[in-house]
Amino acid sequence: MLRQYLKMLKTGIKTEPVRKIVRDPDVERLGAEVKRRVDRDFAGSLAIREVDAGSCNGCELEIHALNNVYYDVERFGVHFVASPRHADVLLVTGPVSRNMEAALIRTYEATPDPKWVIACGDCAVCGGEFGISYVSCGAVENVIPVDVKIPGCPPSPAVLLAGILEALGKVRKKK
Amino acid sequence: MTVLSEYLSALNAAGIETTETGSLTPASVWRIPAIAWERAAELAKIRGWRWSAGWGEDLGERLQINALLEREGRYLLLRAEVPAENPVLPSQALHYPAADRSERHTRDLLGIDFEGGDGRRWTRHHAWNETEHPLRKDFPVGGEPPETTPPDHDYPFVAAQGAGVYEIPVGPVHAGIIEPGHFRFQAVGETILNLEERLGYVHKGIEKIAEGRDAEGLARLAGRVSGDTTVGHAWAACLAMERACGVEAPERATFLRAILAERERIANHLGDLGAICNDVAFAFAHYQFGRLREDWLRTQRALFGHRLLMDRIVPGGVNVDLDKAATDRLDAELNRLGRELDTLIDICDRNTTLGDRLYTTGRLTVKTAAAFGCLGYVGRCAGQGFDARRDAPYPPYDQLTVKGVVEEAGDVASRFWVRYKEICVSLRLLRVLLGRLPESDIRTELPPPPAGAEGLGIVEGWRGEIVTYVRFGDDGRIDRFFPRDPSWLNWPALERIVLENIVPDFPVCNKSVNGSYSGVDL
Ligand code: SF4
Repeated sequence: MLRQYLKMLKTGIKTEPVRKIVRDPDVERLGAEVKRRVDRDFAGSLAIREVDAGSCNGCELEIHALNNVYYDVERFGVHFVASPRHADVLLVTGPVSRNMEAALIRTYEATPDPKWVIACGDCAVCGGEFGISYVSCGAVENVIPVDVKIPGCPPSPAVLLAGILEALGKVRKKK
Repeated sequence: MTVLSEYLSALNAAGIETTETGSLTPASVWRIPAIAWERAAELAKIRGWRWSAGWGEDLGERLQINALLEREGRYLLLRAEVPAENPVLPSQALHYPAADRSERHTRDLLGIDFEGGDGRRWTRHHAWNETEHPLRKDFPVGGEPPETTPPDHDYPFVAAQGAGVYEIPVGPVHAGIIEPGHFRFQAVGETILNLEERLGYVHKGIEKIAEGRDAEGLARLAGRVSGDTTVGHAWAACLAMERACGVEAPERATFLRAILAERERIANHLGDLGAICNDVAFAFAHYQFGRLREDWLRTQRALFGHRLLMDRIVPGGVNVDLDKAATDRLDAELNRLGRELDTLIDICDRNTTLGDRLYTTGRLTVKTAAAFGCLGYVGRCAGQGFDARRDAPYPPYDQLTVKGVVEEAGDVASRFWVRYKEICVSLRLLRVLLGRLPESDIRTELPPPPAGAEGLGIVEGWRGEIVTYVRFGDDGRIDRFFPRDPSWLNWPALERIVLENIVPDFPVCNKSVNGSYSGVDL
């Protein structure tokens, strides 16, 4: 045991060197505000469940980017979770394809109250390039109630962060 | 004897009447009787032709079926017609398993029956009835959907049998930030015995809503067939439209298109390299590759105006240009990325825990890859070297040398390394493209296409060969649009790749293939 401790003490912290990240002041400002509200209204942790209801996957790429080292949304208390049962917010992308309609409604019902829905991307906001057709319901609000809309095709990570902040602004009212 | 004449004499010997009906650059077009549809496939298969794409068209009284084959860089489009009243012909899936889903898609959307094939529906869930066919011209775009579309049910999955065998249904809503689809596993203990994919959840009627669009509108739609392949699909669609109209994009435009396409390839490969590492809990690499990808996207935002490069390729050319300062900046970035990758890849290579999880996991055999005609890095990890940039070059690749990347191990590690090697090839290509950027316009006007004008666009997207078919109707409006994403041929391979692997390795196997859902659901 003693030898193990000695080894650990001698070795110190060995993390791979990372090039210094240039932080974007806008993102930092938005993030700080998000963090303040998440701390105040959600005991420090806001859980988001992402639902692709028919997107082209462009929106997903930018949502993924929120988790890269530049944005690193977890440091603002925002987490993406695996189940709607753990979620405060549903982040929905895509024009709702009819083949996903029931799944979206069920996911919404499985999310505990109080809950907020963010429509992410032009498709989710208004149907976008796909609109309404024999197999597309168009905007998310045609299927489940929507609290916040984030336009863009796809919205950039910074815009997404601003959208999350907007949703937090609506929290007090609903609660 | 060319591969074409060899095949033609085989068809003749089999008594199959073949009419050559001109060409659809880069393919020759042959019309054969519907009754010989399967036999023609059998003869092609024996001669080593690869099945590439299949689609149908509503021509009024008759429906037309198309199958695109490729051998040694030569393309051949087989065509047959069936009466719209009673559209039946024998299935090609017996000889080309890759044709299976394509035929089922065509049946659901056009009502063509492929005898002897898998009779189960594919794209149709419950948004329209069995007797309705959305791609028929008399079917209204709005359809007559039910109040709320019921979830998919009664799909006849292959059933599990035997002691200790159990089933795991997954999806359509998955646990991560990922597209929806359904996977049905049969397992014994931890080991996967069988996997069946059920896709079609993001079917949003792309082929139908394309009808009646103008060229610009189609390019925008094509750029959204699969969000991560926006350059690839837009390029293929524009190439098809340009060929239909009989024009060529200016030289500078083709160079800029290639720059965009290679950048898209690198961006996606960087993301995937990180994601594969992440799926086996090597977070360090995930964050490092993610950082490089983000830097790359920010440059794209700054120089091309869009992080993912959507809507930059337009009919007749491109709508972004680069000045001297911009090309210098891009050039410097290439050097930086090259250096960063050297260090990072070295760390990955020496990490034994990473190796433990990636080597021998999720093996795709050369035989299976050939049977399905797998494309891109999925094919290249298992001996399928086809690369449209080199083997069926289109401008500007006809002036460049594209180095081939092929491995045979077929495991997750191989798909990891092929991606890395493809990045290296792309970096080299980008250097040449930037260095040789010719002076010319970046866009030319599309002349109005005659009604019925058709075109084929084949480009090498980051997942592999993309095939797009376009036919114009009256007033320069689109009458038929069919984009074939490489995922059509790679998804079925995943069902084989995971066999004998443990269930917890499914995510990394899936990520290493990274098929597009939106690209095949359409
Ligand atoms: S908004 Fe744009 S990026 Fe997002 S799903 Fe729609 S088409 Fe794709």
